[in-house]
Amino acid sequence: MEKLLEEFSLGLFFWQTLLFVGLLFLLAKYAWKPILSAVEERENTIKDSLEAAEKAKADMEAVQADNKRILKEARAERDALLAEAKKTSTQIVNDAKEAAQTEADKIAAAAQAAIQQEKNAAINDLKAQVAGLSVDIAQKVLQGELADQKKQEQLVEKLVKDIEIK
Amino acid sequence: MKRKSTILINAKKSVALLAILFVGFAFANNKEDAKEGDLKTEIKEYIAHHLLDSYDFSLFSYTNAQGEHVYIGAPLPIILWDNGLKLFSSSKFHHGETVAAVDGNHYALYHNKIYKTDAAGTINYDESHHPTNVKPLDFSITKSVVSMMLVFAIMFFLFKSLAASYAKNGGIAAGAGRFFEPIVLYIRDDIALPNIGEKKHKKYMSFLLTIFFFIWFLNILGLTPLGVNVTGNIAVTFGLALLTFLITNLTGTKDYWLHIFDPLGSTMAWYAKVPLYIILIPIEVLGIFIKPFSLLIRLYANMQAGHIVLMSLIGLMFIFKSWLGSPLSFGLAFAISLIEVLVALLQAYIFTMLSALYFGFAAVEHEHH
Amino acid sequence: MEIPVMVGAGLVVIGVGMGIGRIGGSAMDAIARQPEAFGKIQTAMLIAAALIEGIGFAALFAV
Repeated sequence: MEKLLEEFSLGLFFWQTLLFVGLLFLLAKYAWKPILSAVEERENTIKDSLEAAEKAKADMEAVQADNKRILKEARAERDALLAEAKKTSTQIVNDAKEAAQTEADKIAAAAQAAIQQEKNAAINDLKAQVAGLSVDIAQKVLQGELADQKKQEQLVEKLVKDIEIK
Repeated sequence: MKRKSTILINAKKSVALLAILFVGFAFANNKEDAKEGDLKTEIKEYIAHHLLDSYDFSLFSYTNAQGEHVYIGAPLPIILWDNGLKLFSSSKFHHGETVAAVDGNHYALYHNKIYKTDAAGTINYDESHHPTNVKPLDFSITKSVVSMMLVFAIMFFLFKSLAASYAKNGGIAAGAGRFFEPIVLYIRDDIALPNIGEKKHKKYMSFLLTIFFFIWFLNILGLTPLGVNVTGNIAVTFGLALLTFLITNLTGTKDYWLHIFDPLGSTMAWYAKVPLYIILIPIEVLGIFIKPFSLLIRLYANMQAGHIVLMSLIGLMFIFKSWLGSPLSFGLAFAISLIEVLVALLQAYIFTMLSALYFGFAAVEHEHH
Repeated sequence: MEIPVMVGAGLVVIGVGMGIGRIGGSAMDAIARQPEAFGKIQTAMLIAAALIEGIGFAALFAV
């Protein structure tokens, strides 16, 4: 202890304290403060960048999920549209078929009606001609037959008989 | 881990070298006994001289053909306060061989201290062989002060350039200071932050950084051939520890003082605390002074011891003067030098670490519920 | 009376040496057990060693 006190030099202590405190203040102002703030700034930049990257990644993932969802929706819509179209086309075909059938039926019916009419007309015509011919024939026959009285009466009788049968 | 294993290897080698050294010593011991005594005293004196501060910056000295001591180096200014400022060059002392006459006063060097004497340089002693001459107030620029100025300049320009490089280089360190950036970050992240805490560490950062690099650079400077022993000087370590002491106690919070003067708090009734506090409070108050005192003694003693061991080993070379002993003591001195490089860093680290720990005590703030 | 004081200082140094040795040994054990905690163990070890070392120096300079 005595040796330590003997060794102690006030001058050296004075200079040491002066130099050290001077250095402390100089470095605090010109070195440590800028160094620490620069380092801190850099650390903050790195931290922010990392956070931004993380956020971008999350955004990207959200966008991708969105895309997937939209794609899925579009696909579903397309499927629905296709189904709808198919349904519509089937219906159209069916409708057309039905219409065609109806039309065909109608035409067939009209044709049948016309045929019937023609037939009727022809029958009527035939009847008329047959009737005329019959009358002519009858006239001639009658002219022949009716020459004698007996024959006339026989005929009338027969005719009346026929009519009754019919 | 790797660093540690290298030390271990070094230590092992040192032990092996030591063993062979004793053999060499045994060989050398039985010749020139008479001369050796002189040499040993000379080495001892040389070491003692080296450990002390010096008024001139001499790198080495030798005895020339005429038997005169020739010193290579530069004299330094002496500043004394003895009824007025006395300023003169240390060359007037001729390395303690002559009395310096300044303005009618005479000063002489005795055991590396300046005493006021008569013209003949008589030193009067008391019974226990202490000089009774007047010691003038001494503010000389000694070897240690020059070394500190050197470190001052190195640190200022180094860290200023590091700080400037950030702005120039877009936030990235450049130049020589780049090497020190990780150390600055280490002090912040591993010394200041865990010990002082997130909230208050910024206030202490400047001091911690400055004291770490100041001690480290001075320690390293002590290992260079300049041969200075600044941090192994009690006045220097006292100054550093005094600052730690002042900062600790001046920034102490209410909780810090409460911990010293009322360590038990409200866990006990006041009448139960009184007998305990008669013992506790003096211990706590003593602790305030012991903490920085241990800091100053630790740094001083470690550096002093390192220099003594190193110089003794170098001195052994001249004592052995044998083909076996001298190379071995050289190898041993080399190994110790490597360890000293580590100790230089370790002591700076421990001083900073413990300072941060004490600041942490001073900055505590308990959450009161 | 000079010799007993120095012997006392020597005893303190022996104690300090043993104490620091124990700290170092325990730290080695701890590191072997938990190599990942190397940094923390080393710091704690250095602080403890430094505090004990202080006592040793106090004893040496009290002589």
